[in-house]
Amino acid sequence: MNLTDVSAPAAHPTAPADGIAHLDIDPFSIAFFDDPYPAHEAMREAGPVIYLDRWNVYGVARYAEVYAVLNDNRTFCSSRGVGLSDFAKETPWRPPSLILEADPPAHTRTRAVLSKVLSPAVMKRLRDGFMAAAEAKVDELLARGQFDAITELAEAYPLSVFPDALGLKPEGREHLIPYASLVFNAFGPPNELRQQAIARSAPHQAYVTEQCQRDNLTPGGFGACIHAFAETGDITPAEAPLLVRSLLSAGLDTTVYGIGAAVYCLARFPEEWQRLRQDPSLARNAFEEAVRFESPVQTFFRTTTREVEIGGVTIPEGEKVLMFLGSANRDVRRWERPDVYDISRKVSGHVGFGSGIHMCVGQLVARLEGEAVLTALARKVATIEVNGAVKRRYNNTLRGLESLPISITPA
Amino acid sequence: MTTITFIHPDNRSEDVKAEEGASVMLAALTHGVDGIVAECGGNAVCATCHVYVDDAWVAKLDPMSDDEDALLDGTASERLPNSRLSCQIKVSPALDGLVVRVPERQS
Repeated sequence: MNLTDVSAPAAHPTAPADGIAHLDIDPFSIAFFDDPYPAHEAMREAGPVIYLDRWNVYGVARYAEVYAVLNDNRTFCSSRGVGLSDFAKETPWRPPSLILEADPPAHTRTRAVLSKVLSPAVMKRLRDGFMAAAEAKVDELLARGQFDAITELAEAYPLSVFPDALGLKPEGREHLIPYASLVFNAFGPPNELRQQAIARSAPHQAYVTEQCQRDNLTPGGFGACIHAFAETGDITPAEAPLLVRSLLSAGLDTTVYGIGAAVYCLARFPEEWQRLRQDPSLARNAFEEAVRFESPVQTFFRTTTREVEIGGVTIPEGEKVLMFLGSANRDVRRWERPDVYDISRKVSGHVGFGSGIHMCVGQLVARLEGEAVLTALARKVATIEVNGAVKRRYNNTLRGLESLPISITPA
Repeated sequence: MTTITFIHPDNRSEDVKAEEGASVMLAALTHGVDGIVAECGGNAVCATCHVYVDDAWVAKLDPMSDDEDALLDGTASERLPNSRLSCQIKVSPALDGLVVRVPERQS
């Protein structure tokens, strides 16, 4: 696959601040996706704040600065888009998200609704069903012995539980993963990945728009619950479909990448796999550590609302700042042996789900799915081995695999 | 420094010197107290830093927000009248000697 940029970025109106390291790294290139770790280290070592000339953006790759930017939403806003595109200067490719691409106070209201729809109490009710579905899936795969862990497990399992929990119609679900892939490609710069995704987006967008309407959502699901908040006045009837859209955008593909990351970790770290087999109660932490280790969501942007000093560097108002979540999660300043996958690591504080007011509102669904799959594997499977060519999937924001052929044997 | 005592389900107790301004959750994590998981890192999303506050201390804490109240409905171990999320309890000199019990399970 040879991806070239189809349009150059506009000339930058202001020169970046003095005393800042300029790096010739394109974090949205295929070479970077193939092995981001040397570039992550180069960016961390270059300084607390860097400047990426390829796309004319500031960047933060160390844990402390990524955490600081995530937790200062007044200075580093989301309403101008969390991709490279600045909504103050460009028309967004779709109507902006009411939660991801919003700031307080507007964000506070919509966030509260999704927090209630996806609360710990709701997860308790879903738990038994999600665990049983994972056991059935692993039984089915054990009977086969050899399979692709991405399509037949990391995709198949979430597809077997999440669309039903959301209350989607059976028809059209094949649009879900392409739509999410589009959304996450669109956060990137105007490279071929983004341009092609948007060029092919019409049928996926049509499906999603239709599926977000109240009449198309099964009673009792997350989607219907969101619409119910329009009746109590917490949100308006016009806002409800757009909030359902957030779950369709961010609720499925991310967990596919998360589960794929966890299986890939366990296949590469056999000692950790043995520890998990001996104590399946580590499954939830093993999933969490995989989210730190692989960071399925690699990057997000913010836009400065004022001139700000961070890490001794002054960033002017109106600048895009790219946060390298995956790099922060492997910063040796924060983590001991960051490049080791350790299923008993105290992993609290990682930024794989973000941090602050925009921290992933669906993280409990992701953890429940991850825990369910890893628990079922730990109880039923003796060995996991990669038995074919591992192929990477390329996306401007998401890090994961296209294909992971594995063989498993029963415990 | 404010001393906080964590009592584990097996009755083993650990005293921690907590920094003012931090949360009780962060004090537990900083000092390696097991059983406070804090999956969401203190962003009030997950309810895995659940503690039972010693009866003598319940009334001395700031009242809980509606958000914390809703999250506590989803704790893995039973919610009791003295249940709180330790990420929402801010350490202050007035809490010197605070005693909290760690629940059996957090997830």
